[in-house]
Amino acid sequence: MKTIYTRPKCLKPAPFHYCPGCGHSIIHRLVCELIDEMDLQGRIICIPPAGCAVLAYNYFDIDVCESAHGRGCAIATGMKRANPEKIIFTYQGDGDMAAIGTAETLHAANRGEKITSIFVNNAVYGMTGGQMAPTTMLGQKTSTSPYGRSPEVEGHPLKITELIGTLPGAAYVTRTSLATPAKIMATKKAIKKALEVQMAGLGYSLVEVLSPCPTNWKVSPKDSFIYLEEKMEKEYPIGVMKDITAKKKDS
Amino acid sequence: MNNKVLMKGTDALAEAAIQAGCRCYFGYPITPQNEIPEYMSRRMPEVGGVFLQGESEIASINMVLGAAATGARAMTSSSSPGISLKQEGLSFLAALELPAVIVNINRGGPGLGNIAPSQGDYYQATRGGGHGDYRMPVYAPASVQELYDITMLTFDVADGYRTPVMILGDGMMGQIVEPIIVREYNKPEDELPPKDYILDGAEGRPSRIIKSLVLDVREMEEHNWKLKRKYDLMKQELPQWEEFMTDDAKMTIIAYGTAARIAKGAVKRARSEGLKVGLLRPITLWPFPDEAVINISKKSKIFLVFEMSTGQMIDDVRLAVQGKIPCEFYGRPGGIVPAPQEIARIIERYWLQKEL
Repeated sequence: MKTIYTRPKCLKPAPFHYCPGCGHSIIHRLVCELIDEMDLQGRIICIPPAGCAVLAYNYFDIDVCESAHGRGCAIATGMKRANPEKIIFTYQGDGDMAAIGTAETLHAANRGEKITSIFVNNAVYGMTGGQMAPTTMLGQKTSTSPYGRSPEVEGHPLKITELIGTLPGAAYVTRTSLATPAKIMATKKAIKKALEVQMAGLGYSLVEVLSPCPTNWKVSPKDSFIYLEEKMEKEYPIGVMKDITAKKKDS
Repeated sequence: MNNKVLMKGTDALAEAAIQAGCRCYFGYPITPQNEIPEYMSRRMPEVGGVFLQGESEIASINMVLGAAATGARAMTSSSSPGISLKQEGLSFLAALELPAVIVNINRGGPGLGNIAPSQGDYYQATRGGGHGDYRMPVYAPASVQELYDITMLTFDVADGYRTPVMILGDGMMGQIVEPIIVREYNKPEDELPPKDYILDGAEGRPSRIIKSLVLDVREMEEHNWKLKRKYDLMKQELPQWEEFMTDDAKMTIIAYGTAARIAKGAVKRARSEGLKVGLLRPITLWPFPDEAVINISKKSKIFLVFEMSTGQMIDDVRLAVQGKIPCEFYGRPGGIVPAPQEIARIIERYWLQKEL
């Protein structure tokens, strides 16, 4: 009998604590599949965020170092500078990456740190109960923007991935989505490419993944994928923002 | 080695760190300690180490944390306002039980304050400026030689107990230039535990987790007690102090760092006038040398605590004395560095008042 699916070797056999329909489980699996396929278990280190994915170490069977909220890219910098031969990736949510950790993220990217960030954008603070995130969309209601995010009061959604795409130290910057199986496979390809860019020593690589949070969006898991495609992807268009390897091919 | 050279405090500290095997320095400029990152930026490339100027103190201490998690000897330095920003990282380093050396060249405060020597950060250093139930060894050198020797020691203490360690100096300590013996560093390999916690990729071993999140309250309680046992061990093993003419002293001055140097001058003056005065200089501020205070309280009739603050270490003195003899205080906060004559006058005043 042909095996068509199996649990990745470095995904621990532990039930996910994530809510039904949450995108983290999918992204965790993609990451673990890639670590297996690329044979990285023995030299990769993950820095999870403060947020829903803080417990990533319960699932990733690789070396993991917890971070204070937002400090992932600074910790990754210290690790990579001390151990340039290791592969270091941060796994961060929108608050971690684009609010409290904006400085750490932008400066690591701008220095061209040879690290990778997987940035999971679900437009809310999940773990703390659905408060407004820097990426919360205009009009979106959250527990701290109960009247809907207004540009006059709360300001505009922050597109940190676009910002990082303008920085010379960034080598590969892309945004993907989990809205459909095809997009999930494209996400896997993007993460693979980001890790390859790091391993080639080209600079900072970032994959923003638009991911559903049905619990805090207050929609069903099924409808959350529609919400993802119809609302999130409108505000945050998917696609590659920067790829220095593509430029090399052109020239 | 063991050469006698003329060195500035900050340079001695930085060079000692390099000699002790520190190969990762991360910091953000702030006066009066900029000579440390400047020295490191020159020296680290020469020894194949890492110097990186972080985008903030918060980033710098987290870079230290990352490097320490991979097993490197790492340090950062700053001054008071910058140390405030590092408190989050200190709490995490303590919780994660990661070794690191943190230098605070204390300046006048609170707020931006000024860039003059001060001892206003004693509480912050010894009480755990970060959140949670942790302690951190704090060393207060009082000469360039001691800056050199203690810096080497702090890396061993950090590795030995898996803890952040602070060197608390002040603007004066950093700036003075003195002849020192540049001794060779001998790593006490036998005394240091193996670094079996570091993250270097799960090659041929089970994967490792460095974390401080403990949601189960019983587990968290046990973790706190485990840390407490470690701190109790530090209290037994780490206290260091210097006593100067305390044997027959009726009055003992207690001061640390720059204040202790000034106090020593004052004690010599008082002695020349026939007043039996001694000096106790805590070298470790945490753990505080309670034992020395208790012993001297059996001989002296009064303690006079002198600090370049409005009075912070005096709390620790009073806790150790437990009311057995009076503890008086003299302080000059805000960046004032008084001359020994001034302290000698205070000594004389109390000598007469207390009819010693």
